[in-house]
Amino acid sequence: MRKSFRSAITHLVLLLIVLATVYPVSQVVTISLRPGDRLYSTSLQPIPDGATFEAYRIILFEKEFLLWMRNSLLVAITVTLLGVSLASLAGYAFSRFRFPGRGVGMLSFLVTQMFPATMLLLPLFVLLRRLGLVDSLPGLVVAYVATALPFCVWTMKGYYDSIPVELEEAAMVDGTTRAEAFRRVTLPLSAPALMITALFSFITAWSEFIVARVIIQSRELNTLPLGLESLAGTFQTEWANYSAGAILVSVPVLILFLALNRYLVAGLTLGGVKG
Amino acid sequence: MNSAFLRRYSLPYLFLAPAAAVMLLIVLYPFLYNIVIAFSNMSLYHLRDWKFIGLEHFRTIFAEPALYRVFLKTVIWTGVNLVFHLLFGVGIALILNQQIRGRGVYRALLILPWAMPQYITALTWRGMFNFEYGAVNLILRSFHLPAIPWLSDANWSLAAPIIANIWLGFPFIMVVALGGLQSIPRELYEAADIDGAGWWVRLRRITLPLIKPVLVPAVALGTIWTFNNLNVLWLVTNGGEPADKTHILVTYVYKAAFHYYRYGYAAAFSIVIFLILLVFVAWFLRASRERKGVA
Repeated sequence: MRKSFRSAITHLVLLLIVLATVYPVSQVVTISLRPGDRLYSTSLQPIPDGATFEAYRIILFEKEFLLWMRNSLLVAITVTLLGVSLASLAGYAFSRFRFPGRGVGMLSFLVTQMFPATMLLLPLFVLLRRLGLVDSLPGLVVAYVATALPFCVWTMKGYYDSIPVELEEAAMVDGTTRAEAFRRVTLPLSAPALMITALFSFITAWSEFIVARVIIQSRELNTLPLGLESLAGTFQTEWANYSAGAILVSVPVLILFLALNRYLVAGLTLGGVKG
Repeated sequence: MNSAFLRRYSLPYLFLAPAAAVMLLIVLYPFLYNIVIAFSNMSLYHLRDWKFIGLEHFRTIFAEPALYRVFLKTVIWTGVNLVFHLLFGVGIALILNQQIRGRGVYRALLILPWAMPQYITALTWRGMFNFEYGAVNLILRSFHLPAIPWLSDANWSLAAPIIANIWLGFPFIMVVALGGLQSIPRELYEAADIDGAGWWVRLRRITLPLIKPVLVPAVALGTIWTFNNLNVLWLVTNGGEPADKTHILVTYVYKAAFHYYRYGYAAAFSIVIFLILLVFVAWFLRASRERKGVA
């Protein structure tokens, strides 16, 4: 009796927290369904009167949404591929070898996280400007890879640390090289960490706004964040269209997150990191 | 000797080279160039014909009240966010770590804020804080509470982005804490039960000490990310509104650099911010005596 009472309380508390968590997301859905003449509604209904998918049609076919999507996909996929390959290699070097410069190297990856965005953005911007190189997607890719790398390298290193070296050594007894043992034994075992690294790289690139705002200037190179911000720039004008766009942008990421949900707890080995 | 060195270390250096190249090009080079700009009079009007002016920008920065005012807001911003991230993150992780039905569903739903792109979260909350039509005030009114001028009153305009950022930040701590909780051996709690320890004692003596090694690096990282979070505050307050009164250090510098084109000043200010954070994190990691965990 007492036990079922306690579990009821637990569920009640959790439901309240979930409600507060999901509500802002549901707000976006609600607004995206509002018909054009009811944008300034003061109602709190989840599904508005006269709900319509008009905003989705407008954003997909009358705005440059598909162009923004193409740019963002190009950038995000390149960043993910680069981020995962670079981090899986660098993390392995930090985890398995003791070499001159190791400590400094690992520490400097951490220290870069403390740079305020402007400290890199401003010199980068001035440099690119003087070279006439502002306004290019490859520029954005390199900047994002550098942003995501430190976290990815640390995650990979932490995960490799938790895999026994003996597995590789056993493979090497059979005559395989170290690099081969890494590729055939350790890398496949690191799937959870690779997933986290990929997810993190993708999201960094898919969701970044500030760097893109400085580097990208021409309209045809706009990424999704830039495009959507231009819709939300003024509250009055395109709130429904913005919300429809926000839903279209968030859904793929949400699906990715939920699909990789079970890797999150296993792959984030922050505490398992050894010296 | 030289070739022995190469044979011994060639693999790790080879593995490290691509990542190091990117970091040197995109991080170290701008970092050094930023130092040069900080000691120059560079601005939009002196982009090419700039000259060194020594410590002048640093003198200006420390003489202005702006630094201290904005610094205070940054401390409040970071502190309040982190306290609530920890409170909610660890609290919810403790609840979810019990044997309850639908645990996976709860966890999936609670991760939503982390999965939403940050700028969408921020822009959405800006809409929700709208005085007339925003959901927050509509809810307050439906409980017969007075509406709050979230974005137009400087006394409230820091609370708005803080609420948005607490919402989007707690799942990270929750996930990290869950990972830590799952590695605590069950026997410890059974032993505590035999000794008749209540839940408070178990929390203080077993749970918290054992998840501390996971939480310390997460809190260090969380502090850095929050302290330097440009997106949320900038987008919720639309660039520091009302009248540039709602700034933390990074948004203040961003505005100086890209809206007022004070390049030299912004570069010098960036260095000051970096040093503040560096000193704090070094102190924090030393104080929590878990330096090995991250460095």
